[in-house]
Amino acid sequence: MPNSTNSTAGSAAEGREIMIEAREITKSFGNVQVLKGVSLTLRKGEVVAIIGPSGSGKSTFLRCLNHLEIIDGGSITVEGEVLATAVPDAPSRYAGDADVRRICRKMGMVFQSFNLFPHMTVLQNIIEAPMTVKRQSRGTAIPKAEALLAKVGLQAKRDNYPGRLSGGQKQRVAIARALAMEPDIMLFDEPTSALDPELTVEVLRTMRQLAEEHMTMLVVTHEMGFAREVAHRVIFMDEGRIVETAESSEFFLNPRQERTRAFLGQML
Amino acid sequence: MDYVLSLIGPMAEGAKVTLSLFFITLFLSVPLGLALALARISKWPLLSTAVNGYIWLMRGTPLMLQLLFVYFALPFVPVIGIRLPDFPAAVVAFALNYAAYFAEIFRAGIQAVERGQYEGSKVLGMNYLQTLRRIVLPQMVQRVLPPMSNETITLVKDTSLIYVLALNDILRTARGIVQRDFTTTPFLVAAVFYLAMTLILTWLFQRMEKRYAKFDE
Repeated sequence: MPNSTNSTAGSAAEGREIMIEAREITKSFGNVQVLKGVSLTLRKGEVVAIIGPSGSGKSTFLRCLNHLEIIDGGSITVEGEVLATAVPDAPSRYAGDADVRRICRKMGMVFQSFNLFPHMTVLQNIIEAPMTVKRQSRGTAIPKAEALLAKVGLQAKRDNYPGRLSGGQKQRVAIARALAMEPDIMLFDEPTSALDPELTVEVLRTMRQLAEEHMTMLVVTHEMGFAREVAHRVIFMDEGRIVETAESSEFFLNPRQERTRAFLGQML
Repeated sequence: MDYVLSLIGPMAEGAKVTLSLFFITLFLSVPLGLALALARISKWPLLSTAVNGYIWLMRGTPLMLQLLFVYFALPFVPVIGIRLPDFPAAVVAFALNYAAYFAEIFRAGIQAVERGQYEGSKVLGMNYLQTLRRIVLPQMVQRVLPPMSNETITLVKDTSLIYVLALNDILRTARGIVQRDFTTTPFLVAAVFYLAMTLILTWLFQRMEKRYAKFDE
């Protein structure tokens, strides 16, 4: 593997608290190994974009971090708490169910397919988890939800069902819903890939705003503009490995790996 | 006309039996069916196989046979052998039978809920029970309404099978009067009773479907 793989490229976040530490993650689906030893250190306030061709394992990697996929090997630590430990010659060992749930609650997630609850209004979608999981009262949850709706610019849609919203609006509701659980880290799994270009803009605007508020963000994306302008650091994955990682300005100006240059050449 | 009116009293008595069996069966078989559906899709192969076998048994033999079995044969079965009076025996047979059908309807409804709904719930920190109760089951209800409507209407009519236990429901009452008075008019009155009940059910289900349709595009 090339040397650049482990470089954090002198990121401004260096020295800050580590939010996610993933080491040598491996993962196979059947006979296909989709992750071949992927490592990541995500620090507080960092915005990291993961890019790469389809099938490179970038979404799978993201999904491993919050237990949507079970890793085969490697270790994951979130804010100092061990989610999964590497075990020599055996599958990684996970924390107990309740601990897994508690640790994963530090991370909010936004999906490509939104995954809003269709039988609930926008407001109900947002207050659901704070009420059932955090046992907040309706009176506490609703003002918070309304503030979040204002933040994503959708107060007017408060009582609509998701079926009535555009894709961009759905995704902004999904972001508000994730934020309602007050996560320390936000994971985005291709949040704009299902959207038209003009709808993409409004979602990216919300994400940019979140980045400006110093939210720690890990974003799997095809939006090179977002990666370049908003992300502090870019990770390029291909065939289940990290090919290159660098500060975003550096990454787009002087990609070191041939494979990265070829990919960027296609995308830009 | 006076004759028809004179039939309404005894037929209403029969309707009480029919309706009691109908409501008690629904009350018992819906939760039982839901439990069976969850067991059928559970991660434990033994449980799921056992429920599969149960559903096969209940759907694979006539309800009439099950009715006769519970009333006449169950008392002689070792260990669980128990002699039930006629109406409770009917309730047991109906509830066990309908639970099997409902289980399959519920299973299909639960499995139609997208995986993304489970993932969306999971990343919000919800556990299995919370996800089931708040996210999956409400969405299942909408999907199972049409087949449930079918099945409950069938139940209304299936209740007439309890004549084999000599219970005087609508149909058996009608037949008794037919044999006494040598006229088939009571059959028509019985038909009207059944039609009225299924009409109300149809209307209720349509209303529920409409209510649930509001969040669907």
